[in-house]
Amino acid sequence: MTSLIELDGISHSYGGPTVLEHVHLTIDEGSFLGVIGPSGSGKTTLLRMVLGNLRPTEGVVRRRADLRIAYVPQVETVNWNFPITVSEVVLMAGAAKWYRPRATASERKRVAELLEQLGLGGFEHRHIRELSGGQQQRVFLARALHRDPELLVLDEPTSGVDVRTRHEVVHLLTDLHRNGTSVVLSTHDINGLAAHLPLIACVNRELIAVGTPAEVLTSSVLERTYGAPMEVLEHGGMILVTDSPMGIE
Amino acid sequence: MTLFEPFQFEFFRNGFMVATLAGAICGLVGVYVVLRSMSYIGHGLSHSIFGGAAASAVLGVNFYLGAGMWGLLSALMIGRVARRGKIGADAAIGVITTASFALGLALSNVFGQAKRSIEAVLFGSILGVTTLEVIAVACVGVLAVAIIGAFYRKLLFATFDPEVADVTGVNVGRMEALLMLMLAVTILFTMKIVGVLLISALLVTPAVIARMVTNSFARMLVIAPLVGAACGAIGMVISYHANISSGAAIILLAAFVFIVVYTVTGARGRGNAGGMIH
Repeated sequence: MTSLIELDGISHSYGGPTVLEHVHLTIDEGSFLGVIGPSGSGKTTLLRMVLGNLRPTEGVVRRRADLRIAYVPQVETVNWNFPITVSEVVLMAGAAKWYRPRATASERKRVAELLEQLGLGGFEHRHIRELSGGQQQRVFLARALHRDPELLVLDEPTSGVDVRTRHEVVHLLTDLHRNGTSVVLSTHDINGLAAHLPLIACVNRELIAVGTPAEVLTSSVLERTYGAPMEVLEHGGMILVTDSPMGIE
Repeated sequence: MTLFEPFQFEFFRNGFMVATLAGAICGLVGVYVVLRSMSYIGHGLSHSIFGGAAASAVLGVNFYLGAGMWGLLSALMIGRVARRGKIGADAAIGVITTASFALGLALSNVFGQAKRSIEAVLFGSILGVTTLEVIAVACVGVLAVAIIGAFYRKLLFATFDPEVADVTGVNVGRMEALLMLMLAVTILFTMKIVGVLLISALLVTPAVIARMVTNSFARMLVIAPLVGAACGAIGMVISYHANISSGAAIILLAAFVFIVVYTVTGARGRGNAGGMIH
């Protein structure tokens, strides 16, 4: 299996305490990896290292030459008042290549096809604020897919969305992975998202564990990751993680 | 006295053309200024350029050369400090630009002979606008349109979503530097007619008006320059007839248009401009 990105002993600090320490992680072609950990554990920093828009203060990031990466940010970070339509957002993906202000007919066709594929046909001229949470998430996914990425990186793709949207996102990502796109995402949602992925990395300043859900979703690994006791149940073949507040029996 | 009486004077015709062009250019560049929440940078940069203008007047150096170099340096410093994020961008701008403004004031106090030209820079003047300056401002306009046309998508991406733009291969730092340079050049060549103290309003108001009436970025880039140009042109005529400074007339007119649009567009307009108007 070819390695797309290799994080070799990376550490990072934003000037204060170290947020990531000596992380070794390889992302292979065909990976579908979820990064979990508490808030402030370094998940986003790890993703930014993978993306290449943050350099480690220590260690090396090796990236396969000419690797096409696309990124879907947290929808909560988007400025929804920005005057922009759905098709304008998707067309941004070609910004690095093109100098002409207007999109070509073939670009417009490609955008229409992508939006149709993601169930957003007919929404081209809508302002992004006018869409539902799930539709908004799919617009940014369409922008990422416009680049025809080999590796898709998503930051909290199910954060702040309802159950139905979460299901839609999981299905979409599963389909993309099945069609050959490698996927790396960060999430807080262990039961709704991470438990369904083939590979999970637990992070809390350092890489605690990497493995299948059955390997890493254990009480001891989760306690080391989250710094609090957590209970792991199995129900109908599914792993369920619950908080286990101390002192309550 | 007829409405067109001032057009018989060459100084007014020159001033009128510069004010119209200045309004259009400020409207165009202002779209990026307000959408990037850079209003304070525009305000600070104009104050910073005042320091360069004062130093140029005292040293006898050409205004555009001295103030221009000063402005470009300030713009790049502001951009660099803001991007590094080690200290707050607003604090960095406050220190760099007010120090430059204070230097301009100090030079003005020490060297009295520079006082007249410094006052013109502060409050704007339609007197003494030469044909060469009209041509220079027109060139700045053509340059701004050419830059925005050539880098339209890159600038849009870097404005809307800089982090993803960076990952996608857009050189965000270069786009930010380009915007800062465009802003500095715009302020430098238009502040003579509007004045250092009022130029930031001409950068912000037409763009906010455009945002209230449209949800499209492309249309904003058309509406804001039109509003700015109209305010510049009509403001100049008002300035002559009411015998008030050109900068004050243009900005008061722009503020009046803002109030009208704010009232007429109601909740929809305020919703569109959310984050710009509180």
